[in-house]
Amino acid sequence: MPNAPSETPRLVIKGVSKIYPSVIANDNVDLTIMPGEIRAVLGENGAGKSTLMKIIYGVTHPDKGEILWEGSPVTVQNPAHARELGIGMVFQHFSLFETLTVAQNVALAVPGRLDLAGLSRRIEEISGKYGLPVDPRRLVHALSVGERQRVEIIRCLLQNPRLLILDEPTSVLTPQAVRKLFETLRQLASEGVSILYISHKLDEIQELCHTATVLRNGRVTGHCTPSQETPKTMARLMIGEDLPTFHHGEPEEGREVRLRIDGLSVKSEDPFGVDLEDVSLEVRSGEIVGIAGVSGNGQQELLRAISGEEPVPDKRWIHVCGVPAGRMNASRRRALGMCFVPEERLGRGAVPRLSLTDNVLLTAFRRKMVRFGMIRRKAAKTFADDCIRLFDVKCGGAASEAKSLSGGNLQKFIVGREILQEPKVLVLAQPTWGVDVGAASFIRQQLLCLREKGTAVLVISEELDELFEICDRLVVIAKGRLSPSKATSETGVEEVGVWMSGMWPGAEPAKDEAPHVA
Amino acid sequence: MWLKFEQRPEPSRLMRYLSPLLAVGLMVASGMLLFHLLGKSPAEGFKVFFLNPVQDKYGVAELFLKATPLILCAVGLAVGFRGNIWNIGAEGQLLIGALAGGGLALHFHDTNSMLLLPAMIVAGALGGMFWAAIPAWLRTRFNANEILTSLMLVYIAELIVSWLVHGPWMDPDGFNFPQTRLFQAKATMPILVQGTRVNAGLFIALGALIAGWIFMNRSFMGYQMKVAGQAENAGRYAGFSARRTVWIGMLVGGAMAGIAGVAEISGPVGQITEHISPGYGFAAMIVAFVGRLDPVGIFFSGLLMALLYLGGEQAQQYLALPYSISKVFQGLLLFFLLCSDVFITHRIRWKK
Repeated sequence: MPNAPSETPRLVIKGVSKIYPSVIANDNVDLTIMPGEIRAVLGENGAGKSTLMKIIYGVTHPDKGEILWEGSPVTVQNPAHARELGIGMVFQHFSLFETLTVAQNVALAVPGRLDLAGLSRRIEEISGKYGLPVDPRRLVHALSVGERQRVEIIRCLLQNPRLLILDEPTSVLTPQAVRKLFETLRQLASEGVSILYISHKLDEIQELCHTATVLRNGRVTGHCTPSQETPKTMARLMIGEDLPTFHHGEPEEGREVRLRIDGLSVKSEDPFGVDLEDVSLEVRSGEIVGIAGVSGNGQQELLRAISGEEPVPDKRWIHVCGVPAGRMNASRRRALGMCFVPEERLGRGAVPRLSLTDNVLLTAFRRKMVRFGMIRRKAAKTFADDCIRLFDVKCGGAASEAKSLSGGNLQKFIVGREILQEPKVLVLAQPTWGVDVGAASFIRQQLLCLREKGTAVLVISEELDELFEICDRLVVIAKGRLSPSKATSETGVEEVGVWMSGMWPGAEPAKDEAPHVA
Repeated sequence: MWLKFEQRPEPSRLMRYLSPLLAVGLMVASGMLLFHLLGKSPAEGFKVFFLNPVQDKYGVAELFLKATPLILCAVGLAVGFRGNIWNIGAEGQLLIGALAGGGLALHFHDTNSMLLLPAMIVAGALGGMFWAAIPAWLRTRFNANEILTSLMLVYIAELIVSWLVHGPWMDPDGFNFPQTRLFQAKATMPILVQGTRVNAGLFIALGALIAGWIFMNRSFMGYQMKVAGQAENAGRYAGFSARRTVWIGMLVGGAMAGIAGVAEISGPVGQITEHISPGYGFAAMIVAFVGRLDPVGIFFSGLLMALLYLGGEQAQQYLALPYSISKVFQGLLLFFLLCSDVFITHRIRWKK
């Protein structure tokens, strides 16, 4: 641990505040990082982590406070200035041009004359040195998500940064790829590079980081040494209270099949999309089935086919409660008893500028809310009020616009709206993505209750922990194909991680390229 | 001290309704400046343009007469605009509607039936719908942009009108003027107030406003259009048909424009000429936006736009300015509205 007191800190942040019109994103934040230190910045969504990193990287400017870079005060003008200083950042959402090669993409960030051949050599050098294999001549759209992240990291490393910022870097990686990333980061730290690691995944922080700074509501609420904490104590620092525990009953056998997918094959219309190949799956009444996988392996396509947003050509490919439903649109499938919670809340699961009452009508209108083609607003209002009360949605009432709700509360509202329709089949995509820890466990508990009432629940998630927590059975999606299913109790993170790279027993060898994983 | 332009935490409801008023104020102010630059007295210009047209009963009646086709077209367009259906070909739909209704009047020139006028109105609606159905079909079948196709169809409609009044439908006793014969009494709208030209078409427009309000605010179909307009993916998620949205948005707009066409030829014009509409179908888009796509707002903005038409005529007469001055005012109004609308989502703050 390079924490000799004589050393100048690499970066000191003193009393930084950033106030947006509607929210105080950072409130008097202090942070110090030494050379060679891996420091976690820990906090729930909306705690102000990303804003703080954007300030350090010069994307936005603080309203108050001071930044000391290697001992001298600086005002980081913009990202180019930050890179000049020696600060590199790997964003959560990649900023690569899909139609350019790796080397061309990297060249865009390198100042000076363009020398693709020389650059390619340097890329290969760095990728060899840090164990980040990637071919500089390949086009980015053909790369897996893990490979794309490597390109982003290599792009940063080319500038010889002395501080590297990573924003939620593991959300798109398999457990195995996460481990490789950690090795690289440790090697960098041992060479004196400081690393700021933003995450809300407590186990990763424990494994990797020397120190941690916890943010809550824009304020620093604590510092800790992760190796001396447990996930539970860190969670308390992060959310200010203990995590609730779950009640999980035993699955029952022999119930009827509510959702059957049978030989579903769909060619994606998006040239960079994933084709679904011969997908088959059954979800029975009273069980929760999870679909694990690295994002971009066909989840989007599969969800749209199941929900009816993108009907499929053969009606027998999808059965809802025994009815062939492949060619039905979303509304007709709902009439059969299927409800659906999409990944995007604003703009898909809810209309941002409409009130909660109006957003109830979106999917629940069959519950006597329309008569003679006219809306019965009272019925919709009652439903919305019930939903707000039963699902503890914090908002200004049923007349509030959907976009005025926080992500977690809107998600509770949407999940509530679908559950209150008493579905026979409920399909959820990323049910707790971007939701704070408290709301996430509430939603998971609701799913378990629904299961006990006999609903067939299908959850598609990239969070393995979540799937292991609530699912009875797991399948894995990779490159548009589905693995065999396994009872959650008979498998583990290791096995599912291997499957996530497309290598389950009996899997056909991939035809053209590697699956979309590292 | 400096100014900072920043996004509001949420759109301002107040500004949404204040913005059209601000735009009107700016339009009047720059109009006055324009009068000054042209060497006219701004005070005199204001009086001639905005006050003279409505200083007597006849003037007020003319105001409502001009507002009738504007309101009809604007209500129909608003239904589509709310669903993100950009029908900008109301002018063409108005003309084809006028041809359908007018053709009926010419064919039954000698009938004595009370049903002629109602039949003309229905025919006008169907004619407008037919013309709007073409871009709707092209959009749903080939995903062709309805903005382009509906606009191009305006010019085709104008040429059809021109061909008919120069050829097959020309009045044989009309000294070769490009116009049809005058319609008989059974094919003209009853006058509401003696001594003026305001006619029963106004009731149709008011009825359309009420029906439009109910459709947009109370019906489930209107709700579906609103969802489609605000969040297409939410509409697909809910399973609302995107095609139906296109068809309804286009057809309602076409029907209303077609009725407006009949109201013109069976009202003030009384025959089919090349000049049935002084751009009502285009001006109605401004009416719809200034009226915030809301029937109540459209009523007032329709009257305002009618005043601009009348003021243009007065300016031509008394200030010796070209008639296109009213087009300048229309343009200014739309321009300032779009500017003012920025303040719905943004605000200016003084920073120290």
